[in-house]
Amino acid sequence: MKITIRVNGKPRGFDVEPNTLLLNLVRDGMLLTGAKYGCGVGECGACTVLLDGESVLACMVLAFDADGRNVETIEGLGEYDSLHPIQEAYLEEGAVQCGFCTPGFVMSTKALLSEKSQPTETEIREYLKGNMCRCTGYVNIVRAVQSAAAKMKGPG
Amino acid sequence: MSINTHNTHIVNGFAYHAPTSVAEATKLLDEHGVEASILAGGTDLVPKMKQAILKPKHVVNLKHIPELAGVREEAEQIRIGALTRLRDLERSIIVTEKLPLIHEAITAIGSVQIRNMATVGGNLCNASPAADSAQALVALGAKANIAGPKCERSIELESFFTGPGRTVLGRGELLASLTLPYPEEGSRGAFIKLGRTSLDLATVSIAVNAKMKKETVESIRVVMGAVAPTPLRLRNVEQSLAKKKLTVDAIEEAGKLVSESIKPITDIRGTAEYRRVASKGLAMEALTRILDGSRRDK
Ligand SMILES: Cc1cc2nc3c(=O)[nH]c(=O)nc-3n(C[C@H](O)[C@H](O)[C@H](O)COP(=O)(O)OP(=O)(O)OC[C@H]3O[C@@H](n4cnc5c(N)ncnc54)[C@H](O)[C@@H]3O)c2cc1C
Ligand code: FES
Ligand code: FES
Repeated sequence: MKITIRVNGKPRGFDVEPNTLLLNLVRDGMLLTGAKYGCGVGECGACTVLLDGESVLACMVLAFDADGRNVETIEGLGEYDSLHPIQEAYLEEGAVQCGFCTPGFVMSTKALLSEKSQPTETEIREYLKGNMCRCTGYVNIVRAVQSAAAKMKGPG
Repeated sequence: MSINTHNTHIVNGFAYHAPTSVAEATKLLDEHGVEASILAGGTDLVPKMKQAILKPKHVVNLKHIPELAGVREEAEQIRIGALTRLRDLERSIIVTEKLPLIHEAITAIGSVQIRNMATVGGNLCNASPAADSAQALVALGAKANIAGPKCERSIELESFFTGPGRTVLGRGELLASLTLPYPEEGSRGAFIKLGRTSLDLATVSIAVNAKMKKETVESIRVVMGAVAPTPLRLRNVEQSLAKKKLTVDAIEEAGKLVSESIKPITDIRGTAEYRRVASKGLAMEALTRILDGSRRDK
């Protein structure tokens, strides 16, 4: 069946089977390999993308369910030479080690900051609890979110 | 199958249906019977399909039926569509203002991503004894409204569950909505969940809803999760508390009775003994919160 998805702002058409999962379409069909396959069953958050601005787990979404909607992946955020403030903050705060979890964390952070521009530490931890990191120990990630919130607020 | 060793794909193919009305959906479900699975948010169904625990030949997606989603105030009751996403439910002003117990139970479910996808109907129809929305909804006296190919019926949500993973839904039927009475004056609730991690299903959970007159219980519902094959309403505990003043002793007594009244099992999440001890503590904590709340009201 033919579906149309707006991927990082650009509409694209795909011909997919009913059992195609959004994550496989994003990674293998669109060659956007930022979103990662971790557990495949909803527990790690490495596959987090935004669907109409809300964070979802692409490993459990049927591609059909994205038909006619907006999908945002890490590739839509910034370029190597012009990073998004959230990406900058993650690098500056040492919130990235192996990097496997990072695209998921950054997308969850984007969803969080669009809902609440200045979240408390408790709110950050609660919002990001669906994202697992085996390297950083989370402290630097929380700092990165706080720093991104400050950057995006701007001076004053 | 080797392609799927890490749950990366749904290996089995299926025919996909996206009905836009309840009549169309029940007709499809009736036609395909046990070969069909309903898809709501997919957070329970899709992992089962990936692991080939379920291999439906037909998947009926209910997300394109607008009347099945949303929270509405009606004259005598509040209606929650079965396809309402958990995130929409927890953010609904009707829920935060009139049904805070539901808000408390729903925000304890999974992660933000899971709640952005999952629906309340899926949580109930999956019929896990640990499903977090069930205890709170039963404590508030919810009715389950079921649509079928020939007729509609309404039953107490309490009798909706028949065992782990099993409900009263018959061929062609789907859960359409839940209806709840408006909470009475002096109504207070508490929901508490113990899990191994903050993302896990409950090891044991409790929802209590009480109508209080100052510090005295007028009427009360006590519902436990993950201690029986279905969400468990403890009528004997409810009766022992009715018309009683909530004192420290009464609360201790009730906690003991809760622990004696459940029939927990040992599984990967905890031992029967742990559940017995923990349920006493949970019940005491829930009743204490209700008492503190009604003291603040004066
Ligand atoms: C990482 C993770 C964490 C989780 N944490 C929790 C938790 O803390 N607490 C908790 O309670 N659950 C938890 N869950 C389980 C799950 O997310 C919930 O049960 C969720 O509410 C299911 O809803 P859904 O819409 O995704 O259901 P689906 O997967 O779409 O459906 C579930 C089942 O119900 C059937 N069904 C769905 N809707 C209907 C309907 N309207 N009528 C008839 N049948 C229907 C489906 O056919 C299927 O068998 C978790 C799951 C994951 C993956
Ligand atoms: S890969 Fe999707 S949650 Fe782990
Ligand atoms: S940086 Fe390695 S898992 Fe998070």
